[in-house]
Amino acid sequence: MPNKIEEGGQALIKCLESEGVEYIFGYSGGAAIPIFDALVTTENNIEFVLVRHEQGAVHMADGYARATGKPAVVLVTSGPGATNTLTGIMTAHMDSVPMIVVSGQAVSWMLGKDAFQEADIFGITMPVVKHSYLVKETNDIPRITREAFHIATTGRPGPVLIDIPKDVSAGPFTGDLRAEMDLPGYRLNTDVDNDVILRISEAVAKAKRPLILAGHGAMIAQADDVLMALAEKANIPVTSTLLGKGIFPESHRLSLGMLGMHGTAYANKAVCECDLILNVGSRFDDRILGQPDSFCQDATIVHIDIDAAEVGKMIQPQIACVADAKMALEELIKHVPVMEHTAWNKHLDGYKKAYPLKFKRQGGLKMQHVIDEFYKQTEGRACVSTDVGQHQMWAAQFYKNESRYDWLSSGGAGTMGFGFPASIGAAFGRRDDIHICFVGDGGFQMTFFELATVAIHKLPVKIVVLNNHYLGMVRQWQELFYDDRMSGVDLEGNPDFVKLAESFGVKGFNLRRPGDVKRVVETALAYNEGPCLINCEVEKTDNVYPMVPAGAALEAMLVEAPTQKMAKPTGST
Amino acid sequence: MSMEKEIHTVSVYVSNKPGALARIAQVFSRRGYNIESLVVSPAFDGHFSRMTIGCSGSADGLDQIIKQVDKLVDVLRCIDHTNDGSVVKEMGLIKLEVSSDARSEALQIAEHYGCKTIDLTDQSMIIQVVGNPDKIDALEKMIGKFRIVELVRTGKVVMSRGNECT
Repeated sequence: MPNKIEEGGQALIKCLESEGVEYIFGYSGGAAIPIFDALVTTENNIEFVLVRHEQGAVHMADGYARATGKPAVVLVTSGPGATNTLTGIMTAHMDSVPMIVVSGQAVSWMLGKDAFQEADIFGITMPVVKHSYLVKETNDIPRITREAFHIATTGRPGPVLIDIPKDVSAGPFTGDLRAEMDLPGYRLNTDVDNDVILRISEAVAKAKRPLILAGHGAMIAQADDVLMALAEKANIPVTSTLLGKGIFPESHRLSLGMLGMHGTAYANKAVCECDLILNVGSRFDDRILGQPDSFCQDATIVHIDIDAAEVGKMIQPQIACVADAKMALEELIKHVPVMEHTAWNKHLDGYKKAYPLKFKRQGGLKMQHVIDEFYKQTEGRACVSTDVGQHQMWAAQFYKNESRYDWLSSGGAGTMGFGFPASIGAAFGRRDDIHICFVGDGGFQMTFFELATVAIHKLPVKIVVLNNHYLGMVRQWQELFYDDRMSGVDLEGNPDFVKLAESFGVKGFNLRRPGDVKRVVETALAYNEGPCLINCEVEKTDNVYPMVPAGAALEAMLVEAPTQKMAKPTGST
Repeated sequence: MSMEKEIHTVSVYVSNKPGALARIAQVFSRRGYNIESLVVSPAFDGHFSRMTIGCSGSADGLDQIIKQVDKLVDVLRCIDHTNDGSVVKEMGLIKLEVSSDARSEALQIAEHYGCKTIDLTDQSMIIQVVGNPDKIDALEKMIGKFRIVELVRTGKVVMSRGNECT
């Protein structure tokens, strides 16, 4: 194989390799052939993973990035190949996931002339990328690739698109593979303002009922150690957002689990009653605020976020610190005194006892039961992905995460079809870990074709289909707020998921009775010859509680099924 | 929260890259802000462009927009100059239908506003006015007694005074 770099595509592959890329997830096509050819003609250590649909590739890359903390790469062709990545790019953008999407493009001189498989993907993706490039000169490829990785992974991470016309990727390369970046407008907040840190520490020292809210920013900054040290030093209880799950061990005495719409009652009560909330890397998403105007009305609000545009967007904090979460906490912990907060923690322990997360083990099979059993048997040490809906919320409640990078869930975007491919991507990045993917029957059918990918690569993914033959979360809303009028939620015609899996060469199990949960979960976890699928025929009409109706204040949380008719929610979705 | 609509003047200093304008415009449109005027031109250093954006909407909303524009990779800085005393100038061209007997009055008004006459025919004239946007508004009103056939304004450009950056 020649080591000489003669064409643009070869330069790209070399640049990706020098960025430490292990895998490229993607799908070939005409406009990307020069790049695919370069994968063969260039000596490199990159493994290309051929998926079954471009959406699968992007979610795999997303899962890989979330589970490893490393940027992931997608390679697709132009037109429909590129547009199929859109949902995945948006998903990554909403959740600040570092990703590079390389798309082939029609030849330069045909741009804007409706060439075959031409789509203006640069324009189409503009609102959902952190940055994007349309490459015009072959020799620009190294600079652009370097910039793309730098932008995707630093500050608040996000997806970057590189659109490469076929004549550019096939064109002669005479440039410098080590070209410098040229990003005069890209400024990173690297300094922690010590005056602000002192103000925060004074406020924390004064607080009688402090609460830490840990978000995805804390995860991205890898702030787990210092967060734990701070919480323990000052005995401050910690609640996390959906995407912050695992940044603080959920089995810890100070953990309150997840807050928000379907968070724990004790987390939401703590938010309502605290006199200081220290937000570390959460963007105060509408799922956790309830009603913004009444959120932590009487508490001092401190917001640490690396993105200045998040400060004051939803909630105006009394003290704002624009900085990396880990660096900020490392300064803060020096100034925060040792504190006990015995009464406050005891008070919250009382709530934990009064409002535990619970479910019935008798009667029909419950999703919670299956999730809880996986949690117990893996001791919270598996890398868990979810799809979107009821099972996602129950997994968030019952699968308590012990460490970071073990929780993969589409938070901001709420993308159905995310969970399964994300788990595959995570398994590529961490082949020796256990990967459990909790999916509903609805979301799984959006990307189940990646059964081929998971089977070919014999990845250790346990696909747990929590099958209630319904789009359960929407059905729950229709039951509670729309007089039980079911509309567009009945998934009649579901396939036999076990047979479906087996047709791809994936081992399948059926689970129907609560009495079998322990045994089947044991068997599935012990299954060691690649992926397996567990089809769980669960109760059709169970509802997730606690629940804060969208747009209502956290105080209005329902801890169990309401006895009165509910008004339609005022918040968005 | 102030929901009152105000007219704002925003400057953006940005790398001269394809798509930069679209990205900036998108931040405004996504938040439902209407761009009233927009001037883009090369900066002194040709690698960069200057933009002056006139827009209307609530001050709270604008604060968020400015932060979001400022964080775009291509943007070096984005500043709200509303009510900060910066120099704001605009040029306007006004084509009037004026017969020869009314011409002297039209010229009198034009002269009062420091306008130049740059085209003159039997039935029409084009005058050029330079100044802050309020001045052009006022001229528009005064000269409106003649029939305005066409009016083209460049949109305002802004520059901070003294040592302040634009």
